[in-house]
Amino acid sequence: MSVLSVRDLRVTYSTKGGDVPAVRGVTFDIDKSEVLGLAGESGCGKSTIAGAVLRLHSPQTRIEGDITLDGKDVLELSPGKLRATRWTGASIVFQGALHALNPVQRIGNQIVEAITVHRMADEREAFVRAGALLEQVGLPPRRINDYPHELSGGQKQRVMIAMALACNPSLIIADEPTTALDVMVQAQVLKLLRSLQHDLGLAMLFITHDLSVLVEVSDKLAIMYAGKIVEEGPANEVFHSPVHPYTKALAAAFPEIGDQRFRKRPSGLGGDPPDPQLIPSGCPFHPRCAEVTAVCPELVPELWDAGVGRTAACVHANGAPTLEGVART
Amino acid sequence: MKTETEPLAPATTEAPVVLPKRLSPRSIRWARRRKAFVRFWNQFRRNKMGMFGLAILVFFFAMAIVSIFSDKGRLDPTITTNGPVLANPSWAYPFGTNLQGISVLSLVVEGSRISLFVGLTASLISMVVGSTIGIWAGYRSGISDVVLMRLTDVFLVLPWLALAIVLAAVFGQNMWVIIFIIGLTSWAGTSRLVRAQVLSVKERTYIERSRALGGSDWHVVTRHVLPNVMPVIFANTILTIAIAILSESALSFLGLGDPLRPSWGTTIEEAFNNGALTLGKWAWLLAPSLCIVLVVLAFTMVGFAMDEIVNPRIRER
Repeated sequence: MSVLSVRDLRVTYSTKGGDVPAVRGVTFDIDKSEVLGLAGESGCGKSTIAGAVLRLHSPQTRIEGDITLDGKDVLELSPGKLRATRWTGASIVFQGALHALNPVQRIGNQIVEAITVHRMADEREAFVRAGALLEQVGLPPRRINDYPHELSGGQKQRVMIAMALACNPSLIIADEPTTALDVMVQAQVLKLLRSLQHDLGLAMLFITHDLSVLVEVSDKLAIMYAGKIVEEGPANEVFHSPVHPYTKALAAAFPEIGDQRFRKRPSGLGGDPPDPQLIPSGCPFHPRCAEVTAVCPELVPELWDAGVGRTAACVHANGAPTLEGVART
Repeated sequence: MKTETEPLAPATTEAPVVLPKRLSPRSIRWARRRKAFVRFWNQFRRNKMGMFGLAILVFFFAMAIVSIFSDKGRLDPTITTNGPVLANPSWAYPFGTNLQGISVLSLVVEGSRISLFVGLTASLISMVVGSTIGIWAGYRSGISDVVLMRLTDVFLVLPWLALAIVLAAVFGQNMWVIIFIIGLTSWAGTSRLVRAQVLSVKERTYIERSRALGGSDWHVVTRHVLPNVMPVIFANTILTIAIAILSESALSFLGLGDPLRPSWGTTIEEAFNNGALTLGKWAWLLAPSLCIVLVVLAFTMVGFAMDEIVNPRIRER
């Protein structure tokens, strides 16, 4: 049984300017000790999925579909059961640890908060565990009495990771855990997350816009565009031989160290991600696509077969229905 | 599947824990609070204005404490053998005497207790009501926000004095009535301020984190929101005390005070109505008036000094 199973998830924010469909039908599974990487541009719905798994969105936000966490249907839980599930079922390493820590509380207290909220231990035991957790993420346990401003960015992120482990969750959602960290610290944090995930057999949903980071940590990769998954498959294959033109563009945007050609001509992707309220017809990517065909503006692609264990929502995928004027790659 | 009661697995094998031994979390917390207070005091001490205000307050609080133990018989207006009627200031009667021959000094000392008590209690009520409504409106937003804020608007625009006069007339001239009138009419400003602060605090990521941890609304509000708005509430309340004392004097001056508990305002009213000015008994009127001015000034100065410390925007570095 997979730890997290998401079926046809749709999240719609209701705003003054009308409904904004941020996630439009996303399906994925994460098994025990598996890391699913979720990548895409800003505003494609990655973090919205993270919030939906623990139902952190405001009550006005519509969530449809099925989210099953540890066999429990998250969308059907009563408020009390939901609170009990949060952090024990799945915990979040938040984007930007600088703001996810209360500046006026010592970090020890904030880790203890996670444990005592769930009445897993009394305060003294919880402090003992908080010290052990800090050590586990590579911080000296004496830092337990520090305030967040006394820690560096990387250390704060380690505290966030320690906090995420506090209640032995089966799933950790890492929502851009390495943003605003310099590259060296980024590498350390990634290594730490990966080793903890491996040692504790955790399932992990890893969200970032940095595809090269994902290849390092993920087993499976899912690329999102405009609220939908456009390509999914084993991490290495998706990164090194992408099928969807969007994935190709993302992968090509990373410089190959030592590649002279790249220094002369870094490639990127023109245009902006579409406004969620004005998604283009057919394939939402077609206005920016380098391999656009005549059918793209009309045909809404589904996740067709694109090799062993891989799918892609593109007419160029192997499993796509045969269409006139479409060349297969 | 996990249950909530599942025992915690050790995070690492034999982690050396550096928890201070023989210290319960409670005592750690108290030590921390003591330290925070000392830090606050060290900053406050350097503020001349604040210290000046504090000195005045200490003087008047000492006066109020003295009045608790003083002989109440001297203040009884039914006993007419108190002393010379309408005496001029002298060594025996530093501020003279009133129409019943009661020493104005005794009245002022007695009044300090009443005025301070009314001021403090009324602002306590105002603080509790104002912050509860402010936090509720700010945190819950939506319909509660709209309803509570419109209610606040009503109390903000209501002519305060007219309302107070009506309420005092309806509920009678009792000290507790006065306290509740002042408390329940002066919370609107506090609640506005608190709501604004809560709105900014509640969007921070650590609030979302606390909710993601499984914290209930009560938990989030008491653990994260309240500590963050507390300094604002505190500094605001100190300023409210000054206003409450002034309000009490105004009500008493209009003859709505408690006749059995002579506050400073009551003494002023008595002096004013009995022609203290035309009789040249300046001290009768001046003594209680000066007390009011000094206490209000002192609370305002302390309030501003505290605001300067707790509000990082206006803190001098």
